[in-house]
Amino acid sequence: MRRSRADTDASHGKLSRRAALLGGAQLLFMGGLAARMRYLQVDQADQFRLLAEENRINIRLIPPKRGEIFDRNGMQLAQNVPSYRIVIVREDAGDVEDVMARLAPLIDLTEEQQKTALAELNRSAPFLPVTIAENVSWDAVSAVSVNAPALPGVSPEVGSTRVYPRGSDFAHVVGRVGRVSQKDLDALEDPDAVLRIPRFHIGKINVEAREEALLRGTAGTKQVEVNATGRVMRELARREGQSGADLQLTLDAKLQNYVQARLAGESAAVVIIDCEKGDVVANASAPSYDPNLFIGGILSRDYDPLLNSRYRPLVNKTVQGAYPPASTFKMMTAMAAIEEGIIGADETVYCPGYLEVGGRRFHCWKRGGHGWLDLEGSLKHSCDVYYYDLALKVGIEKISAMAQRFGLGIRHDLPLSSVNSGLLPTKDWKLRQRGESWVIGDTVNASIGQGFMLASPLQLAVMTARIATGREVMPRIVKSVNGIEESVRGNRSLDMKEQNLRRMRKAMYAVVNDRRGTGYRSRIIAEGMRMAGKTGTSQVRSAIVNNNEVPWEQRDHALFVGFAPYDTPRFACAVLVEHGGGGSTVAAPIARDAMLQALYNGEPPLDAYPTADRGRIKTQQQQLRDVKPDARINKGKNQA
Amino acid sequence: MSYLEYTVKSVPTGLRKIFYLNWPLVLLLTAVAGTGFLMLYSVAGGGYDPWAEPQIKRFAIGLVLMIAVGLVPVWLWRNLAGVAYSVSIALLIGVEFFGSVGMGAQRWIDLGFMRLQPSELTKITLVMFLAAYYDWLPTKKTSRPFWVLLPLIFILVPTALVLKQPDLGTAILLLAAGGGLMFLAGVHWAYFATVLAAFIGLVTTVFKSRGTSWQMLQNYQFRRIDTFLDPSTDPLGAGYHITQSKIALGSGGWTGRGFMQGTQSRLNFLPEKHTDFIFTTLAEEFGFLGGVSLLTLYALIIVFCVASAVMNKDRFASLLTLGVALNFFLFFSVNMSMVMGLAPVVGVPLPLVSYGGSAMLVLMLAFGLVQSAHVHRPR
Repeated sequence: MRRSRADTDASHGKLSRRAALLGGAQLLFMGGLAARMRYLQVDQADQFRLLAEENRINIRLIPPKRGEIFDRNGMQLAQNVPSYRIVIVREDAGDVEDVMARLAPLIDLTEEQQKTALAELNRSAPFLPVTIAENVSWDAVSAVSVNAPALPGVSPEVGSTRVYPRGSDFAHVVGRVGRVSQKDLDALEDPDAVLRIPRFHIGKINVEAREEALLRGTAGTKQVEVNATGRVMRELARREGQSGADLQLTLDAKLQNYVQARLAGESAAVVIIDCEKGDVVANASAPSYDPNLFIGGILSRDYDPLLNSRYRPLVNKTVQGAYPPASTFKMMTAMAAIEEGIIGADETVYCPGYLEVGGRRFHCWKRGGHGWLDLEGSLKHSCDVYYYDLALKVGIEKISAMAQRFGLGIRHDLPLSSVNSGLLPTKDWKLRQRGESWVIGDTVNASIGQGFMLASPLQLAVMTARIATGREVMPRIVKSVNGIEESVRGNRSLDMKEQNLRRMRKAMYAVVNDRRGTGYRSRIIAEGMRMAGKTGTSQVRSAIVNNNEVPWEQRDHALFVGFAPYDTPRFACAVLVEHGGGGSTVAAPIARDAMLQALYNGEPPLDAYPTADRGRIKTQQQQLRDVKPDARINKGKNQA
Repeated sequence: MSYLEYTVKSVPTGLRKIFYLNWPLVLLLTAVAGTGFLMLYSVAGGGYDPWAEPQIKRFAIGLVLMIAVGLVPVWLWRNLAGVAYSVSIALLIGVEFFGSVGMGAQRWIDLGFMRLQPSELTKITLVMFLAAYYDWLPTKKTSRPFWVLLPLIFILVPTALVLKQPDLGTAILLLAAGGGLMFLAGVHWAYFATVLAAFIGLVTTVFKSRGTSWQMLQNYQFRRIDTFLDPSTDPLGAGYHITQSKIALGSGGWTGRGFMQGTQSRLNFLPEKHTDFIFTTLAEEFGFLGGVSLLTLYALIIVFCVASAVMNKDRFASLLTLGVALNFFLFFSVNMSMVMGLAPVVGVPLPLVSYGGSAMLVLMLAFGLVQSAHVHRPR
């Protein structure tokens, strides 16, 4: 259509105006875009730069090497050994099923394992290594390495696993580690990030758990650059961590092994303490279990028998168990009386076989009575009436106070789990805990370590060491950390008259070495190695029936405490055999055998034993010498 | 009147036309495309493969195409406008039945050597057709209701077809470009006020329709709007694109992290980094200065187009030039708004920079029309 000149001009004028308007609006909008860009890129640049760095940089933890544990002679009790696992990276493997088919016969994979592995491979990112088999043997690793060209994407990876070469011997001292559980994390206020690493192990019980802070070390970190799918592109920076500290324990693995073997078949506990420094050289609790079974999860096939056994193998009876100390407590009653000046050097008490207190008759274990007895005689025969009499004169408060000075009723600070504080009853305690007032019969019972009185074998060993040395011996288990000797704690004088302590020791000497003493059959006859001690039989039931005629659970606990050599005490020990019967027949022989091992550093000569026993001891020693600790160390299926 | 009036008084003929092309515009377009090559080289991790090389080839073809179209007399294009519009409507209908779907949105027809997106073509043919319409329509009739309704139908038919694909981004661009052209042609203000009011009403209705049986948008379209309104609600899901894009942009700072040093794009945190989000890579690696430089190039293209149109006394040529410029503006401003978190993610590429054949060729074709208008303007 042809337009008039005027129309063209008018329309073009309007068009130009509107074009300018629209063009202006466009430029304005672009200005707005520039302003927005300025806001994002200049004003908020720092914040976005940070977010970009967070996107791209991942901090990965490098797990620290856990400290290892050694016995006092440098024998390894807990060690880290390399463990191998086979991983597949899907994107490198190409045809995963084909590779799996070739891999399966090399590392003995079952159909089911193959299926789960394939499922996981298809689920996870193609560049992530997927574990196909864990804890494979070195043979399997070699087989995979040799066949590497035929197995694209398959590679062995090395990790570290905890092994306890001494197996069941040290389950109750060293303890064990295990995978970090939610419970472990909940228990910590601010859990170390390293605990979140898959397969990371944390100490579960005993030294492994209680010295976790020393053993774990600190994690190193590496900064890696990752892309949006999480693939690691390169390592940016690395900070090495700190390995955990190596611990040396005070225990003697050879002695520990002997004692555990000696306790075979019993439900028992033995503690042997070095009198000088308080070093616990043996801490045996039988039966024990193999901590290696727990690494990486225990099967219920293995766990159920441990849990259900009436011998309670999972319980560390030396510190967790609290038993009536029975006659082994008589030294405390006596010491309280001596220190109070109640019994003079030659003072005697008459034992008619019972004592009537408050209208009730308390019997001596010997129905016929012991007649006139002095301190030494009473301890030697383990007369009860003598101590009833002393206790009534001294009173429970002084007895308990005295016992506390000897380490009973207090919780010894050892890096073991569930250390029991035992119980020293007082009038206050009974009123508070039971709401009943103390009666005189309670004092009578307490005087011979029965009634409310409870002590752990560890406490009894400490008590004996303190009697033997007159010093405040404090037990310890950790000898050195990273080669630096731990200081000896306590060890101050008990501040008691030496002559009183000597009197006590002399009486204890008589118990074992006097022909009529209750521990006579378990004496040591080598000069300079003589043992002093005290037997104990703690009642589990009230009626007096012959032990052999009642079920195991109702038999008495057998106890023995002792120290040797008598003149210059080196070791003190406590033995407890649960439901074992009499202290003199069951506990004392164990104590003698264990003490001789300790005194002669594992090589006791036969002539240290009484002549009559030598034949039996010889065969026993040969048997026990060859007992290997029960340890199922998993070195891989093919290496059994 | 242009400076050319002093030298040549008549329209040039033959190959001499080449000298009368809008060469500054050609240079600007080449500069923008060059920026694109650089970024495509960068996002490929420093390689001409797989994006930069094909893009350079396409641009070379596009350049030739543009000049060829520019040499054709503009009145020929005016006469072809009706045919071109009809063909693109036919293609839009055809693609509904015979086309292939990619990425859940745009549909194309495979021509063998390239994939033709009829919706891309329609952006140009619609502008051509409307320009021809207003050239034909006597000026005094421009604002009469019937003559307003007619172009509205011309706009809404392809818009509805594109929306059906469903390609919301292109539909909005068509609507905006068509409306812009009507505005330029001189349609009365009141119409635009009415449409604006109606639009507000429509938006309200669309949002009200959500979750009902007469829901007017797809669920994913609603989600995109949600995400746009608050990207932080779903940083790893639907909001991921916007969040990552803003992080990349913002971390660029004043001068950027350096060529090929952009961590967000290099480590794949950026989605669609070679197509829709390529501006983000530019802004990350060259910072605020780089981004503003590209924006300035774009602005200069708009300015040169508007200047060319204002100088042109031919109504069709003028409207055509402004329409192409408006389309171009809508293209990059929607894309930039999107990556800066000012608009929802609608899948509009950055013109001449984003990797993609049919968009690039169609754009160069459109600038060919601008050149034709420029060369053949009455003097």
